[in-house]
Amino acid sequence: MAQQANAVELHNTVKRFGEFTAVHSMSLNVTDGSFVTFVGPSGCGKTTTLRMIAGLENATAGDILIRGQRVNDIPIHKRNLGLVFQNYALFPHKTIFENVAFGLKYRNVDKQTIARRVREALQLVQLPHVEDRLPRQLSGGQQQRIALARAIVIQPDVLLLDEPLSALDANLREEMRVELKRIQRELGIATIFVTHDQAEALAMSDRVVVMSNGFIEQEGTPEEVYNEPASEFVANFLGISNLMSGSVEDASADTVKIAVEGGPHLLAHPREGRGKHKGDRARLAVRAEKVFLAEQHAADDDSVIIDGTIDAVDYQGQAARYFVTAGNLSWQAVNPIDRHPFHEGQAVKLRIRAQDVVLLDPARSGNGAEQAG
Amino acid sequence: MLSGWSLIRLGTVLVYLFMFAPVAVVILLSFNSSQFGAFPMEGLSFRWFVELANNDAIVRAFKTSILLGILTSVISTTLGVMASLAMVRYEFPGKNLLNTALIAPILIPEVVLAVSLLLFLQFLSMPKNFLLLLLGHVIFTLPFVVLVVQARLVGIKKEYEEAALSLGAGPIQTFFAVTLPLLMPAVLAGMLFAFTISFDDITGTLFWKPPGVETVPTQIFAMLRISISPEINALGAVMIIITVVLPLSGAALARRLARRSAE
Repeated sequence: MAQQANAVELHNTVKRFGEFTAVHSMSLNVTDGSFVTFVGPSGCGKTTTLRMIAGLENATAGDILIRGQRVNDIPIHKRNLGLVFQNYALFPHKTIFENVAFGLKYRNVDKQTIARRVREALQLVQLPHVEDRLPRQLSGGQQQRIALARAIVIQPDVLLLDEPLSALDANLREEMRVELKRIQRELGIATIFVTHDQAEALAMSDRVVVMSNGFIEQEGTPEEVYNEPASEFVANFLGISNLMSGSVEDASADTVKIAVEGGPHLLAHPREGRGKHKGDRARLAVRAEKVFLAEQHAADDDSVIIDGTIDAVDYQGQAARYFVTAGNLSWQAVNPIDRHPFHEGQAVKLRIRAQDVVLLDPARSGNGAEQAG
Repeated sequence: MLSGWSLIRLGTVLVYLFMFAPVAVVILLSFNSSQFGAFPMEGLSFRWFVELANNDAIVRAFKTSILLGILTSVISTTLGVMASLAMVRYEFPGKNLLNTALIAPILIPEVVLAVSLLLFLQFLSMPKNFLLLLLGHVIFTLPFVVLVVQARLVGIKKEYEEAALSLGAGPIQTFFAVTLPLLMPAVLAGMLFAFTISFDDITGTLFWKPPGVETVPTQIFAMLRISISPEINALGAVMIIITVVLPLSGAALARRLARRSAE
């Protein structure tokens, strides 16, 4: 099988600021044309990593490769990157045309070609008639489109986006999310996107890199990191999870049974039981949307049904978040609402399917989890 | 009966009167046609301005002062911008100490500064010359430029420069294409400050000027020792124009530029 070329590679890259290690030995490949998102809470090292790739920070150790070439010692202005900032950073004293043309001026492109490429870039971001305006005459969303046009007009090897949507208000942010994705697809340019917003990460990415405390917690497709979180941190950071401790009661080829402390026995998918033995300690996670509430469930072989009582309801319109007590355990469940939500004090049955029970890697659990709160 | 507020009003008026009446008197008397620069005025005339223009010593002093002021402002501003970039954009050991040392000439009494520079020169056994005078003026205008430019530079987000670098402009190209234009209001203000301070200065200048060289303030000082000629009133009026009107209009220009380049 042909190896796909890597736009960016990190080999054991480390960044220290004095005593503080911002990024621990990080290795990562970003394949050509893919959209990769670094997501994590502030201070997790995602922006520092992006800045190292951009050349705005020097890596303390390890190598950074862009298109197979080691760039550690190449200054930023010779790296051919497109960089977009949270606060747009359009040059306030230059017109939109001058802003977008800026990078081309340093690339020995003749005037006619500059004019044509600027026009094409502005068309791509759907703002064709603003060439003569100054940045402050545009709205935030428009400014961010111009910043994107300025970054892509130079045909960079990689597009680096540092929280580009965070300064926009909610509606505009979702619109720009779709727009950004469309442009990235159209150009087929490798893109690294930094965000603290899990919804952005899941919606936009081909691959998600979840970071915490300078470590990669998990890397995978949005579905992988969402459905099969590798650690407590990931389980908590992307959505709401019910986390429990327990011990393995049975780990055979076709069933895995776990005794949850202070609670019921849960079944898990056989893939989760790999390498587990009877008596092993286990941490497990069940997503809140995978805890199905009903007044009555039909019994089946692959799920466990528990009795519970609704403690509190957080009504969200199309769905509701329920806080449920079942035995000694508190559960959270996010269920779509059919007509009326359950009410406080109502007795319900919780159904937990084996396929939704994820056993967390005990070696990784705890790393950064306390901070997730 | 006077209420509290009218007392405050009266006080304010008196303070302003005290501050500006002498200036107004000088300007008024500069148009007096009488031989003696005193009230009552005999008539209006530009006589003293004409005599001023015909006085070689004064014209020479003017030329010296303007040349000195321009050179001081250009050198001070160039150094000040470079120093501010270092202080604001880079981290290096001893930065705070250096920054304080750069501002220190404001705090040291000018006489002390003047004498020490003179003694230093003697120690090097160099004669007094125009270069020394220029050097002295640069030393004590530099802090003002640094303060003005640093304040503005702190407000210019680093992202502008980082964006320019990422687009392929080298560090020097980035400075001239992005940083300097955004810094321009502060650069102009700094230059005006430096020029005005240099043009006004007498303490240091008296110590540093080589024999035979006079600036406008030292020339006035010398003339006053002989007699109070009405010419001095005319000279005073011209000085006021240069040191007040010039900076004020400059500041207004800088504000307009700042508004234009603001986001």
